[in-house]
Amino acid sequence: MDTIVPSGQVVEPAAATSGDGYTARRMFGTRAPRIEDPALLRGEGRYLDDIRMPDPLHAAFLRSPHAHARVVRIDLAAARALPGVVAVFDAQAIARELTSLRMPLGFPSATLQKDITPWVLSCTEVAFVGEAMAMVVAESRAIAEDALALIEVDFEPLPVVHDCHQALDAGAPVVRSDAASNIAERLQVGFGEVDTAFAGAPHVFSESLFVHRGAAHPMEGRGVLARYDPVEDAITVWTSTQMAHEVMHSISAMLGMDQHNVRVIAPDVGGGFGCKYLTYPEEVAIPAAARCLGRPVKWVEDRAEHFVSAIHERDQYWDVDIAVDARGTILGVSGRLLHDQGAYTPQGINLPYNAATSVTGPYRVPAYRMDVIICQTNKTPVIPVRGAGYPQAAFVMERLLDRVARELAIDRADVRSRNLIPAEKMPYDKGLTNRAGVRSIVDGGDYARTQSEALARIDYAGFPARQRDARARGRYLGLGLANAVKATSRGPFESAVIRVSPLGRIDLYTGALAMGQGLATALAQIAAEQLDVPLDMIHVTCGDTGRVSLGMGGFASRQTVMAGSSVHLAAVEVRNKALKVGEQLLGVPMDALRLRDGRVESVADSGRFVTLGDIARKLKGAPGYSLPPGITPGLEATGLFQTNSQAHANACHACEVEVDPGTGAVRILRYVAVHDSGRLVNPTMAEGQIHGGIVHGIGNALFEKMGYDDEAQPVTGTFADYLLPTATEIPHIEVVFIETPSPTNPIGVKGIGEAGTIPVAPTIVSAIEDALSPWNVHLAEAPVSPVRLLELIDAATAT
Amino acid sequence: MNADEAMREITLAVNGKTHTCKVAERINLADFLRQDLQLTGTHVGCEHGVCGACTVLVDGVSARGCLMLAVQADGCRVETVESLAAGTQGAAGLGPLQAAFRDRHALQCGYCTPGILMSLTELLRDEPSPDEEAVRLVLSGHLCRCTGYQNIVAAALQAATKPAGGA
Repeated sequence: MDTIVPSGQVVEPAAATSGDGYTARRMFGTRAPRIEDPALLRGEGRYLDDIRMPDPLHAAFLRSPHAHARVVRIDLAAARALPGVVAVFDAQAIARELTSLRMPLGFPSATLQKDITPWVLSCTEVAFVGEAMAMVVAESRAIAEDALALIEVDFEPLPVVHDCHQALDAGAPVVRSDAASNIAERLQVGFGEVDTAFAGAPHVFSESLFVHRGAAHPMEGRGVLARYDPVEDAITVWTSTQMAHEVMHSISAMLGMDQHNVRVIAPDVGGGFGCKYLTYPEEVAIPAAARCLGRPVKWVEDRAEHFVSAIHERDQYWDVDIAVDARGTILGVSGRLLHDQGAYTPQGINLPYNAATSVTGPYRVPAYRMDVIICQTNKTPVIPVRGAGYPQAAFVMERLLDRVARELAIDRADVRSRNLIPAEKMPYDKGLTNRAGVRSIVDGGDYARTQSEALARIDYAGFPARQRDARARGRYLGLGLANAVKATSRGPFESAVIRVSPLGRIDLYTGALAMGQGLATALAQIAAEQLDVPLDMIHVTCGDTGRVSLGMGGFASRQTVMAGSSVHLAAVEVRNKALKVGEQLLGVPMDALRLRDGRVESVADSGRFVTLGDIARKLKGAPGYSLPPGITPGLEATGLFQTNSQAHANACHACEVEVDPGTGAVRILRYVAVHDSGRLVNPTMAEGQIHGGIVHGIGNALFEKMGYDDEAQPVTGTFADYLLPTATEIPHIEVVFIETPSPTNPIGVKGIGEAGTIPVAPTIVSAIEDALSPWNVHLAEAPVSPVRLLELIDAATAT
Repeated sequence: MNADEAMREITLAVNGKTHTCKVAERINLADFLRQDLQLTGTHVGCEHGVCGACTVLVDGVSARGCLMLAVQADGCRVETVESLAAGTQGAAGLGPLQAAFRDRHALQCGYCTPGILMSLTELLRDEPSPDEEAVRLVLSGHLCRCTGYQNIVAAALQAATKPAGGA
């Protein structure tokens, strides 16, 4: 059993040895243990609900039980009268504390339907189950929840939009009475001569695909704590978020307080996966209540709330056509995507836009056109979850290629390798722009090599014999494969400040946001590489707007690239400054100096040194005394790496499954993932990202379905109904890295957080279809449950 | 606290320390540990007994802190994650299972970790050298969204081969 052997193959960096035998410390690229771990392992993490505050109040939200209803009457009197209740806010009451009752739109858009964002608290109408209508603030959470039961509401149920196909029907009800239509926006993306490509094509194949992705479900839900200081008229808000700075700006605008007086801090964050990349109504309501009541107010989401009030990804229906020649070379792809946006649009159209623009993925497609209809339904609002539309797009493209392979009797690997973007064509212009209008240029990678590595690892050539042998014994094995590419490292910038104190402490502040990936360790490794200090000398603070004025946060697999590059720039500047000052203080030329363990020392005589703390003390200034010539004040530097280019991470996955045609059970026997995420800062953490990403994808392929009935009532409200993968369903995952440095940034890295998820569903579904080939079962959806597989087997048997 | 709220006095030993306190009858064990004893290492992930984040040991047996009332722990011996580094020293002081978790990168966000550590502590006491299947079976009572479980399995097996005080 070799199943616990780490599978990464990485190039360990060469160390630089100086004349006296001291080897400069290499941190970049090493498997350093995480600096986050000791506290978390001892139970000393400080997540939102662990923060203690004197004299706190606790909030609970009344949430709509109806998918769509008019609120005829709301009576708060009994709730307000309950002992221990301090205040009850409905929409009217909270509106008095705010500049707007409607949340701001996350991303600016001129084309999106107007007045489409959620309310802080809904007023006269509710539009999805889980929508917040009132907030109780009490001495304890238990009392607050008791009071919720005392709020009397008269609802008049309204007709419900439960699905985006129904949303388009003539005469369908409208999702909200203030919505002009159920279509939030229509758009078209594409390039090339699509009609010509299809008109002249030897073969055209069509697919109607349904791709469902559930919710993010970090193990820690959302939570907000706010403390108002009336003397300073300032508010501090702790929130479990992926974007402290944007939340700060939202609170500033909504509470009418300048950003000077609003500080947002992300404590330890128990996972995000997309659902915390948003300013939620609760993140405005809680600070508003804290300011109004003059006492700290805390709200911690429970899982039941998370299921209905934290964002989902949910449904996409794709009707797509592919035009190919006799060899399976792609001539064009076109189609229509119907996207379920839910009842409100808090952020924008990034999820369907990403999905529509990433279909062509790692393949050369000469002509492409996708019509996108963004539909509103009476369900929980939608923004991206890990993968952000790319998993759906990969599902579409890979299903089309499997279809081409089957129809033209071409091997599935061959049809892919014939269409992959060749390494010699890099950098490759995809012919598309991102949502901000920047051209999508794939910066590099060797896709053919990635695929051939995956095929070799899974012994693709030997599979037909394995499949034959198994079938002879009544067992049904299948093999699947899929490629993926992810545009990572979304700009425009990220911040990093490195500051050395006169006591020698090194602080690193960034607007990037740690939510479990090991960001602090990765950034410390990048800084330590330049400063030549052990990791535990670097104190990393992420996501505190009081420490660094600018920041973007955690999304789009960006932080190692964007914050990492900023840290690198700042660390190089601090290093050079320390050496320059050392030269003057020690009288030794810079090139004969080195940094080591927090000192600048002479290479020839390590007894001649000055500590970084000494230098910082010198550079903090003393009244009237000049600084060393040519040196600016302070031993600190700010890095603001800025780019519009995206580093493209790619992958090829292959897996072997066994399907039991009697029960529909799918067992994953082997899973191989070959990834290129550029240079790896920490191969162990990189493997961890791939493992977690793949298991999220396995959930999407086999288990996770956020179910609703025809009245848009959720039917999967617990982890007993909504299944996350557990350890017994997951095979050992074999991860292999290819490292093609990205030219888009100074450290050559590419993002890694989402790439693992993207090709999983098409890989597994392809394998299942292959296993069931004796029945000729065709799979056009994800996830696929055992029951659904049995239905499809039965249907295929009947015909 | 609501004046009307029904209270009861309980006595229990938590991580070797005896506590006698008046608790709300309706408070669950996880909330009691977190709020009344300020032992915030025990995390609450779902409050319906599926995710396992709140797992603690009650009289040596794993229990969901969210499905058990504090009053039910009256007279019991409770162990939480805060007990696992007892006797170790230094800023990185970790017990053997915790150290294996760090070595094998068996945690990312760390939220589910304390509950998993407690279940594995129980497993390794009962069965000092479990195989991978036994580890995965225990882990199937826990949800982790970050790690994909692989490195948790590896850490458990690493700790199993080097039991505390063993060879």
